[in-house]
Amino acid sequence: MKENLLLDYLLQLGDNALVLGQRLAEWCGHGPILEQDMAITNISLDLFGQTRNIFQYAAKVEGEGRTEDDLAFLRDAIHFKNILLVELPNGDFGRTIVKQFLYDAFNFLNYTALLESTDKQLAAIAEKSLKEVTYHLRFSSEWMIRLGDGTDVSHQKMQTALNDLWMYTGELFEMSKTEKELLKTGVAVDLEKLKPAWNKKVKEICEEATLKIPEDTWMQTGGKTGVHTENLGFLLADMQYLQRAYPGQEW
Amino acid sequence: MTTNSQHIYDILKGVPDPEIPVLNVLDLGIVRHVEFNDEKLEVTITPTYSGCPAMNVIEQSIREKLISEGFQNLEIKTILSPAWTTDWLTEEGKQKLLKYGIAPPVKSSSSKSTLFADDRVVPCPQCASENTSLVSEFGSTPCKSLYKCKDCLEPFDYFKCH
Repeated sequence: MKENLLLDYLLQLGDNALVLGQRLAEWCGHGPILEQDMAITNISLDLFGQTRNIFQYAAKVEGEGRTEDDLAFLRDAIHFKNILLVELPNGDFGRTIVKQFLYDAFNFLNYTALLESTDKQLAAIAEKSLKEVTYHLRFSSEWMIRLGDGTDVSHQKMQTALNDLWMYTGELFEMSKTEKELLKTGVAVDLEKLKPAWNKKVKEICEEATLKIPEDTWMQTGGKTGVHTENLGFLLADMQYLQRAYPGQEW
Repeated sequence: MTTNSQHIYDILKGVPDPEIPVLNVLDLGIVRHVEFNDEKLEVTITPTYSGCPAMNVIEQSIREKLISEGFQNLEIKTILSPAWTTDWLTEEGKQKLLKYGIAPPVKSSSSKSTLFADDRVVPCPQCASENTSLVSEFGSTPCKSLYKCKDCLEPFDYFKCH
């Protein structure tokens, strides 16, 4: 099969949104209070919408008759390109928030940089998504502070989650082979350049949340090349069940 | 051809938003262009939010409405840029929202009762009191936040500025 760099890049972007959206959807009906249940699932819905925009474009770029639904429901874990952070289990609400914040802070910067992409459709998707991601980052930042600078128990849970998740943040800025190639033509984002702004945002919020940023340690990697944690397979089994059991089923 | 486009706009006034049926698609500002390309009618729309589940229904409703008016040769295009903003909501649309019990988007901001959300004064659509507070930035649909009125004690939806 001919290597399609743009398709691969779109799948990286789309899979992050899809897998994180699916994780957040697990909170539906289980949120700590009704308003936050709705907030989390609203964010999930935004992420699914962004996935659709990206996958519709990906399907067109591939041009082999696969649809957005095929890309979401009929690929196996090894063909998913999302980073490991987004596929990790939710844990408690605090852990979900830490995961979300670390990703939102990145996602906001990534879409901001994508506004300048030489690929016009990608820039348009970024413009649309950025408005929504701005809300996401505000939501997760607020809860980082409320829970981090909250009770002893909430503080402890947030700090533990931050310590545990930190080793998954290196991959946010790791350039895949595809990204390096597409950077040359101005399609992809130079992730290295986002890191100082991300560090600044994380520092600012963690300080206010009285959370200590862990020391950089060995970083987990693999998602962008399809080497995932065992968690992704379970998530996909759940998400893809209906299309696998009843192929082609529609509403 | 301009008279024809005007005719299409008039027809589109009869296509309601499925979630907020007092608004039509023109009030919402999601119809970006109407043009005739040779014999084909092209209508370009833009989504309010990426994940808005109403968009597919809206597209379908526009199609059905136009076909029922005799426009068979028809294409509905979706564009993402420029991204939709509540500035495109018409004045008439804002008045309709208010009457329907949804506070229309407000621009100015003042106090700081939430951490980051620039807290606007959103008057209660029921009693017009300005003594209201934000309950959640995320409401019953992607385009709305949830507020409560501290005078009449009613919760209400706010069509958020986007």
